[in-house]
Amino acid sequence: MLDGRSQIKRKLPTRLVLSASWLILLAIAAICAPRIAPFDPLAQDLFLGQLPPFWVQGHEPGYLLGTDSLGRDVLSRILYGARLALTVALIAGSITCIIGATMGLLAGFLRGWVDIVISRAIDIWMAFPPVLFSILLIAVLGPSLTSIIIAIVVIDWTRFARVIRAEAMSQGAMDYVASAQIAGRSRVSTMLTEILPNVLPTITVLLTLEMGIAIIVEAILSFVNLSISTDDPTWGGMIAEGRASIHQTWWVLVFPLITLFLTVLSFSQLGEGLKDRFDPVLR
Amino acid sequence: MQFLQSVIIRVCTTLITLIGVAVIVFFTVRVVPGNPIAMMLPPGATEADVARLTALYGLDKPIPQQFVIWLSGVLHGDFGTSITTKQPVLQLVLSRLPATLELSVMALSIAIVIGGIMALTGTRQRGTKTEAAIDVGNGMALSIPDFLWGLILILAFGVLIPIFHISGRVTPSLALPFTSNFYLTESLLRLRFDLWLDIAAHMFMPALALAIPLAAIIGQLLKQSLKETMHLDYVTLARTKGYGETHVILREALPNAILPTLTLVGVQFTFLIGGTVIIERLFSYEGLGNMAIDAVINRDLPLIQGIVILFAVIFTGVNLLVDLTYAALNPRLRHA
Repeated sequence: MLDGRSQIKRKLPTRLVLSASWLILLAIAAICAPRIAPFDPLAQDLFLGQLPPFWVQGHEPGYLLGTDSLGRDVLSRILYGARLALTVALIAGSITCIIGATMGLLAGFLRGWVDIVISRAIDIWMAFPPVLFSILLIAVLGPSLTSIIIAIVVIDWTRFARVIRAEAMSQGAMDYVASAQIAGRSRVSTMLTEILPNVLPTITVLLTLEMGIAIIVEAILSFVNLSISTDDPTWGGMIAEGRASIHQTWWVLVFPLITLFLTVLSFSQLGEGLKDRFDPVLR
Repeated sequence: MQFLQSVIIRVCTTLITLIGVAVIVFFTVRVVPGNPIAMMLPPGATEADVARLTALYGLDKPIPQQFVIWLSGVLHGDFGTSITTKQPVLQLVLSRLPATLELSVMALSIAIVIGGIMALTGTRQRGTKTEAAIDVGNGMALSIPDFLWGLILILAFGVLIPIFHISGRVTPSLALPFTSNFYLTESLLRLRFDLWLDIAAHMFMPALALAIPLAAIIGQLLKQSLKETMHLDYVTLARTKGYGETHVILREALPNAILPTLTLVGVQFTFLIGGTVIIERLFSYEGLGNMAIDAVINRDLPLIQGIVILFAVIFTGVNLLVDLTYAALNPRLRHA
């Protein structure tokens, strides 16, 4: 048992450091995209179409990761795509977290009819195929950044609500909550000052994981061509183009895929790493 | 008696859930912008044509009234008519369901096999580098969703080493003697192994993409329960009797460690079925999910409703089955 503990402690920092560094690097790249991108991500040049990446015969200097069939620079498009991906991750992740955690806290601590209503809603939500539901919502709302964020919030709030509800319920049964009540604190005040700080570590972990999920949802929506306007560079859109011309221009698929892979892996490893960190048994 | 009571309550909540799904999907679909009727008619159709067709599909009535009409139809097995294909929704949906079911069951089987092998090997080799490697592999498999696994598999086994098919359900030039849409099952029953091989080679990549995350979950949980069981007295007794380690794990530990994993597999199976929507799209596999995305793009309202309801029925049905099986197997819950 002791061996296991020290092992986890030694492994933890590498995992956290690696994933955090990738995400910070990506964030900087996204913010500075207009300065560091070698080309305009929308600029088409049919004479420079289907150029391979720099180590393959037939490449053009400057186009490091090659170009797609319309001659648009793959690297520049990935950098601009990161802006959308990270915006969605931050905004959709945070709003989902606030709404979902609030629902979970209310249901788990207040119980009664509030719990019945929220739990029934969660049951109904769990019966929807999530990908299909998000595609349907985008079709209803029209493709735009706001629609993507709304779709993610509407679908994923249950992820937070389910977990936080269970945590709030077990915290609510503890002695310190009872003593706060006896001391004359109101229900809402007890919830915010006693329960919330104790479920905050779980909320942080879920938020980190949710950001990765939000990025995947955005990629899936742009893959089926329902994200933002079709001209703007998105990782999912590039992957869809790459999938269609996989035997001619594999690099249009491979590079956005690697970026997406590393980003999703980083968010999830960051979340898992934080979970171990917060776990009092392991600490 | 109490068992029967809890079954009835469980069935009732399932029905409430399904009605909730029906209400939400019905009203969501009604606010889709873009007139589906105008899209059906050729350009140059008059206002009167549009109005006539709108009335034919009942879209001119107030939305609550449309819902009542639709719901009474559904209770009689009538899910309406698809706007794009003009065929009954139920018939369309049922024609695609077998493809999705076969894919899901194949994915589940792959997940159980891979996850089981991982858990057993990890337990057999516990404390060694092999177990550590399995843990790292499981962690990776779990972090990456099926959509990305699908893309990675397409690159690896469709392009780099092209040994599997990466689009479609069967090679289009093959003549299919089938009477049902359960191609994989029927080809096996008719002993047409050539066809079976072709269909399986088409299904393997999408099924594997769906299976990898679930395999990781099974591997992790089963290994954990196995390792806990290995410390119990009766396992030690079997060992002192002189049985080998593999025998002890398979015959003594496994039967007692498997129940938590089975429950989890049931719940996770619904997530897997939900994943078929995008995986079918990715692999151009002609199942329910692929049809659903087309229906959304074509604004085919009756078809979207039918598919979402069918998914909801499958999800709640699987969950109900899992809960009831668990209750029936677990005496503590049966008498609770």
